[in-house]
Amino acid sequence: MLSRRILLCLLCATLGVAACSSDKSEQFPVKNTPAVSDDGTATLRRGNGAEPESLDPHQARSVPAANVLRDLYSGLVEIAPDGEIVPADAESWEVGEQKLVYTFTLRDNARWSNGEPLTAGDYVYSLRRSVDPVTGSPYAQLHTPIVNANDIIQGDKPPESLGVRALDDKTLEITLKSPTPYFLGTLAHSISYPVYRPAVEAHGAAFPQPGNAVTNGAYKMASWRVNSMIGLERNTKYWDDANTAIDRVEFYPITNGNSALSRYQAGELDWATKVPISQYDAIEKYIPAQLHTQPTLGVYYYGLNLRRPPFKDAPELRHALSMAIDRRVIVDKITRGDEIPAYGWIPPVVEGYDGAKFEWTTLSDADRNAKARELYEKAGYSEDKPLEVEIRYNSGEGNKKIASVIASMWRSVLGADVTLRNEEWKVFLDSVRQGATTEAYRLAWIGDYNDPNTFFELMNSKFGLNGTGYASAEYDRLQEKQAHMPDGPDRNKVMKQAEATLLADSPVIPIYFYVSKYLIKDYVKGFEGNPLDAYYSKDLSIEP
Amino acid sequence: MLSYALRRLLGAIPTLLILLTLAFVMMRAAPGGPFDADRELPAQVKANLEAKYHLDEPLYQQYGRYLWDIAHFDFGPSFQYRDITVNDLIASGFPVSLKLGGASLAFALLFGVPLGMVAALRQNRPADYAAMTTAMLGISIPNFVLAPLMILLFAVYNDWLPAGGLGSWQNYVMPVLALGTAMMAYVARLSRASTIEVMRSNYVRTARAKGLSARRVVWVHALPAALTPVVSFLGPAAAGIITGSVVIETIFGIPGLGQFFVQGALNRDYTLVMGVVLFYGMLIVAFNLVVDLLYGWLDPRVSYS
Repeated sequence: MLSRRILLCLLCATLGVAACSSDKSEQFPVKNTPAVSDDGTATLRRGNGAEPESLDPHQARSVPAANVLRDLYSGLVEIAPDGEIVPADAESWEVGEQKLVYTFTLRDNARWSNGEPLTAGDYVYSLRRSVDPVTGSPYAQLHTPIVNANDIIQGDKPPESLGVRALDDKTLEITLKSPTPYFLGTLAHSISYPVYRPAVEAHGAAFPQPGNAVTNGAYKMASWRVNSMIGLERNTKYWDDANTAIDRVEFYPITNGNSALSRYQAGELDWATKVPISQYDAIEKYIPAQLHTQPTLGVYYYGLNLRRPPFKDAPELRHALSMAIDRRVIVDKITRGDEIPAYGWIPPVVEGYDGAKFEWTTLSDADRNAKARELYEKAGYSEDKPLEVEIRYNSGEGNKKIASVIASMWRSVLGADVTLRNEEWKVFLDSVRQGATTEAYRLAWIGDYNDPNTFFELMNSKFGLNGTGYASAEYDRLQEKQAHMPDGPDRNKVMKQAEATLLADSPVIPIYFYVSKYLIKDYVKGFEGNPLDAYYSKDLSIEP
Repeated sequence: MLSYALRRLLGAIPTLLILLTLAFVMMRAAPGGPFDADRELPAQVKANLEAKYHLDEPLYQQYGRYLWDIAHFDFGPSFQYRDITVNDLIASGFPVSLKLGGASLAFALLFGVPLGMVAALRQNRPADYAAMTTAMLGISIPNFVLAPLMILLFAVYNDWLPAGGLGSWQNYVMPVLALGTAMMAYVARLSRASTIEVMRSNYVRTARAKGLSARRVVWVHALPAALTPVVSFLGPAAAGIITGSVVIETIFGIPGLGQFFVQGALNRDYTLVMGVVLFYGMLIVAFNLVVDLLYGWLDPRVSYS
């Protein structure tokens, strides 16, 4: 009894004092302890979501892996803090008359971390490796604009036939199948990074490990402890090393949002990437300057399986269900993280494109619901004959809440009878791919480069994971057309037509667009949000 | 005793084989594979990956290949972590889990046994109630409630301990407390019950009758016998705690083995899961053997021939 009482008193006293105090630093303490040692060595400590599955640029698939790779490697081009594509390893490039041939001039002082010069031959080797089916890259398709890339990926042609050539040590020539407006963006992706051939040949799968790895970015591998920390140190051979302010970067794979916040508050992290929703209001209230939100290239949507009832040949029903969802309620009350309700397929933040929207976007709630009911009845359903539909989602708190809310909206507005089904991720993917039992299912899509095509191509009938079974010849035609037009008002027109076709057919119900949220300490300078979530530690500095 | 130990170890081999086979079958039976993702792989790429990892061979062949590798202590490459082998993953996770688990076990024993014995010796008096209430609290409060509360109290609102990660001994204090409290509570209850029983036994009565001091009676004569149920509880518990607690590891960012079980299963990382399952099996066999040998030492009535 005694020991318990003392413990409880201690706990209450500390928390009670904290709660009663009007000083905000007591309510939501955040320690500002930058990791700068006495000799001036500055370390940036970043929270990084999950453990990267690989630090081989051609094998990496996840966002955490991409974050680390961006600091380790440098591509032909990179994303500037304001989101623009700027020269990196290539100091300049020329585009041929017909926009098919790109000739890159590499910097004279581009080097690997062991001092050896970076050559065009390194890029030829690496680009071939990225499309070689033996490598097994999940992102090889990003290179399909390059001549023969698709055939190589399918295994019909050898990697040497790829349309890339080293004219000399410092000149690289890439030939495209047809003009591709988003091509430069794909060169900033990790699939386009060069790898050091002797390391790959000597160490095989283990070449990214510290001790084996040779990289060409602002940092090089220092240490890697799985599920604990990846440590990078300054690469003095990097061509722009003079402008790199931070000496060391540490990535901590913290999956749990509350853990990340605790460590951020305790002064152990400078930059947290997982912000727990339960604390979002407190964060906005007490440390708004440290919260950085950024709309990104991501859409959360419900796919509708068009290959079987109830959605097969039922456009009115699909529209009715889409209209009956009040997206404002979902982003304001459920996700509560400043997400953007989606009335179109392309996120508004995408470069240079003003998307199409559903025709009913501007209707009042009452009008929209009435129209939904009208379409629902037109589709043959009524109070006596309600729609029976299943929403399937992969396990996750957020998904469950959203599915419950949408089910209740469909019930109250239309009178539909909705069942919810939750499946574990891999099982879920299997179900969606097979399409034998799914009806409405939840998925999300994150864009790979800052161009609408990365969202458009997802709905092409030939694209890999098309769980809806959407196969519209008209949409395919428009999508393929815009993918090869140069940027400009003509391309925008075609894109808008494609998006309008998609929205009219309604094989998917977009719900909201993603907004990235970061917590960054005040003493970290130089951060500017960009829609690709592409941040390089070399652009930042620590000022205690 | 040595021949007994050897016989036990040899007898464990069929057990481990059955364990491995069950794990193999269950992993392969689960829908979905290691290369399934929301971004579809081109057919040729997927075929190559499957050939590289021998997933295109008939199951019995994959099984045989795996057994052969195991016999050479090669647990194979990880499907999820492409740059690292399962051997390296276990080698990096096991020492951490061992330290964490060992410290939690030591904490549980050092505090649990005396707590239980004191409760038994002062049975039905305030000290007994106090001890058993503490034990009850320890069992009832889940460690994933205790852990964040401790982090708030010790790391966020005050500056006494680090909030997570690995570093010095201070990083281990909160995880050990979180993991060890429930076990300490069990140990306390077990040792209380067995001490009460032992104190009533004939040989303790004899010792008292002979005029030995209370301290000698308790520590020299009662304690070893009272420890027997605690020791048998410890065998599997030690193995369990050393292979880690996923929740504690996730909350404190500790790179132990526990996370590999869960991540491996969710990612369908066949080799990683089978590797840690086999490792866990070997640990349980080893600890059970140690426990049985300890019986022989503690209780003179037990003998192995």
